[in-house]
Amino acid sequence: MKTDANLDLKSGAKPVLKPSEKLAVSPKMIKWFSQSWMIAVYIFLYMPIVTLVIFSFNDSQVATVWSHASLRWYAALMKDSDLISAVLLSLKIALLSALISVFFGTFTAFALNRYKRFPGRTLFSSMASTPLVMPDVIVGLSLLLMLVSLQHWLGYPERGLFTILLGHSLLGTAYATVVVTSRLREMDSKLDEAAMDLGCQPFQVFRLVTLPLLVPALVSAFLLTFTLSFDDVVLSSFLSGPGYSTMPMVIFSRARLGLNPTINAVATVTIAVVTIAVLASSFYTSHQERKRKRETAQAYSDTNK
Amino acid sequence: MATAPKANIVREDLLRVEGVTKIFDGAVKAVDNVSLTVATGEIFALLGGSGCGKSTLLRMLAGFETPTKGRIFLAGEDITDLPPYKRHINMMFQSYALFPHLSVWENIAFGLKRDGLPNEQINEQVEKMLALVQLTKFAKRKPHQLSGGQQQRVALARSLAKRPKLLLLDEPLGALDKKLRETTQLELVNIIEEVGVTCVLVTHDQEEAMTMASRIAVMNEGYFMQVGAPDEVYEMPNSRQVADFIGNVNIFDGVIEEDEADHVTIRSEECVHYVGHGISGHTGMSVGVALRPEKILLTKEKPAGDYNWCMGEVTEMVYFGAHTTYHLKLASGKVIKAQELNNTRDLSCGLTWGDTAYAHWNEHAMVVLTQ
Amino acid sequence: MMKNTSSMNKISSAMSRLSNGRYLVIGVPYFWFLILALVPLLIVLKISLSEMESTSVSSMIDWTNGWPTVKLNFASYMFITTDALYYQTYFSSIRYALMTTVICLIIAYPFAYFMARSPKHIQPTLLMLIMLPFWTSFLLRIYAWKTLLVNNGVINNVLMSIGVIHEPIAMMNTPFSLMVGMVYSYLPFMILPLYANLSKLDMRYLEAAADLGASPFKAFWLITVPLSKAGIVAGSMLVFIPAVGEYVIPELLGGSDTLMIGRVLWDEFFSNNDWPMASAVAVVMILLIMLPMAIYNKSQSEQAESKA
Repeated sequence: MKTDANLDLKSGAKPVLKPSEKLAVSPKMIKWFSQSWMIAVYIFLYMPIVTLVIFSFNDSQVATVWSHASLRWYAALMKDSDLISAVLLSLKIALLSALISVFFGTFTAFALNRYKRFPGRTLFSSMASTPLVMPDVIVGLSLLLMLVSLQHWLGYPERGLFTILLGHSLLGTAYATVVVTSRLREMDSKLDEAAMDLGCQPFQVFRLVTLPLLVPALVSAFLLTFTLSFDDVVLSSFLSGPGYSTMPMVIFSRARLGLNPTINAVATVTIAVVTIAVLASSFYTSHQERKRKRETAQAYSDTNK
Repeated sequence: MATAPKANIVREDLLRVEGVTKIFDGAVKAVDNVSLTVATGEIFALLGGSGCGKSTLLRMLAGFETPTKGRIFLAGEDITDLPPYKRHINMMFQSYALFPHLSVWENIAFGLKRDGLPNEQINEQVEKMLALVQLTKFAKRKPHQLSGGQQQRVALARSLAKRPKLLLLDEPLGALDKKLRETTQLELVNIIEEVGVTCVLVTHDQEEAMTMASRIAVMNEGYFMQVGAPDEVYEMPNSRQVADFIGNVNIFDGVIEEDEADHVTIRSEECVHYVGHGISGHTGMSVGVALRPEKILLTKEKPAGDYNWCMGEVTEMVYFGAHTTYHLKLASGKVIKAQELNNTRDLSCGLTWGDTAYAHWNEHAMVVLTQ
Repeated sequence: MMKNTSSMNKISSAMSRLSNGRYLVIGVPYFWFLILALVPLLIVLKISLSEMESTSVSSMIDWTNGWPTVKLNFASYMFITTDALYYQTYFSSIRYALMTTVICLIIAYPFAYFMARSPKHIQPTLLMLIMLPFWTSFLLRIYAWKTLLVNNGVINNVLMSIGVIHEPIAMMNTPFSLMVGMVYSYLPFMILPLYANLSKLDMRYLEAAADLGASPFKAFWLITVPLSKAGIVAGSMLVFIPAVGEYVIPELLGGSDTLMIGRVLWDEFFSNNDWPMASAVAVVMILLIMLPMAIYNKSQSEQAESKA
């Protein structure tokens, strides 16, 4: 078949069209197709989440059959001391590991971005990306075996909060490095030179110019690593010890056994918090962006007057 | 190659560069044995195409690169190994490099604060700088709230705030559109002269170099091809490359026939050139005769005399408004360009495509190039 | 002269401060990754070459003769290459990961394309809607699919109540439920790089192609697809690599007979307590992942070169 696909689509009977007419192939149909494709994907992405939320308000033992609305699973959640202590532990670990990750991630990104040549740089950069490409099970296994060997020699560390924190911080550092590196890369190196030219020593350059300009990247790295840690089940399972169950670990062990409506209630709470946070931050950034554009346009029209 | 001739002005040398060479990665020679002196109060331009080494030289002056060989002195002190933050040199960066998170005021105060000056002194100096560049009422704005021209003035104020001994300008007008350039150029020179600071500026734009600088160094492949005042470099280029780089030029290849103290004649395939001054050459030597298009007069009538004219066919006419450039194809096949001023509203010499025309020029219009 | 020496001192002190800073900036994160990323992997390699002795692994260096002898035990690797369970699991992991990648690509490419062509002002919102599920717990979203797919789950209930089916369809604990979960989880990782790539595509190329007589479909095949190759490759890597080693999704959505290597590793470690075996499984998995990584890196560096 030498005829163009779009001709067949439009009407098989029509004779060959001129190129200019070919362009006019039913844009309405394309639009219809593209919109339904996008809507279908969004439905696919949101259907499970919406179902979770709806059934969290379901007054029935069976998690999937709707009886009538109630808050009984939220009430059950309030009394679920296992889950509550797990949430608190997860929050604690997520907060600490995000801070540690951003700290080391900034260091790593800065070292890789500023020093293009030092012995072992290739090894360094591949080590920094290992946690990104390795499956969680391998990262978890390898860290655990390392910690066990360490314990064998030194009698330390006991498995628990500290070891989970270490695992999450390793993973987080790798992600934070990516975020900070991409910001450093787009930052004008002339700004550093300008600062030095005006009398800044290297550390002052970092403190007065680089760091303030990195703040948005540091915030997003923090949020990302916090979420990663709060979400992780595999590393925690490998690295935790008796008495230390994070929220995902508790959910995972319950989900393995079957459906459990309290999970829906937890899910709804998390989803509500995350959605509010994400919406708020995206409104804030887009507002800032628009303000900035307006001001720039203003500056140019002012001078033309 | 050529070193800078001693400045005619009797002022002390502020900047002295001695045999500076910069080799990157052990192989690429970006700057090749350059020496130069810049006197106090001068505006010195480094002019050249991209990759000619002008930016590397400037960065060595600022302290961002260390020379592989050679020394740099500022007011007699060897600053070759000083880091940028210890040099009394400030730079106005290409596309300005204003700190986006700081206001205009804070940008200008940035360098002063690093010196640990008392607050009153910083305030006073910042206010003075703002007044100098007429941006007092913009002090609280952030860089993105300023137009291109205003940003440029903030950058200038920031680099002048510390009263540097030497000001470096990296493509100072490169980020502005053409219309704005002309006015900004003059403004910039006025401010620099008012402050009285010595300047080294880097540019690829010959017009910018000509209008702003008191002396120009034409750079190519890391060395200075010629150093001189703008009119010197334009009217008396010392080589084909310089003649070709600065402005348009027609070059005739010829041989010296007659070599006298007050004149020479040079025979080329197209015509015989009578040059009204002596040169350092000898009879039989191959030379180039450089002739700028604006120095050629086109007529329909054959000029009198045996020298300094040739005949050809108009193959191209390019109308620029203020002047028109004609391409004249000579019998030898060579095409020369002639620029005619449009001093009346009909194209004054009345030539058009296909016409036969005579190009002639004055005995002082040419430069003989021996290299 | 006095002035000269003092300035020389200043220089040397500044230089040494500079290089100290450099050592610190590089050294601190270097050490961090060395301890937490490299050393653990070497230990895994070491343990994979040992054997299990009651509760701990055998020592690699044997001192019984007075001389240190290195004992390498390849039993675990022998097992992997000879026991059908292991190599079949590797194959099936790769097959599932490949299927996930292809399905994600088929869904994501048109989506990213349409998204990049939609009005500029709604694009940030569309993008945010893709990112939003990504910020909510992965585990909870997988759990949600369980609610939807089980025999008395939401989908079966809805279909039965409207009379489309009379018997529940068995979807849970099948390759189907596994694929749904995998595609669902990894779809955003395919969409994002593709969108980033396609939104940067210069529309003038397509206009030029149209101007030269190409139909929109031809232009799409000849211009858009080749130019978005980088996005396709990046997205496929982001999906394929983690999908190979996935543990949580097969554990929650796949049946007990769904063979995925992440699960085998987990079971070897937690159920059988066989550390050398788990380590050997991990080492082989690393080797499997390194192959596509190497190809990806090569194409990346080639791209960088062609840009330069």
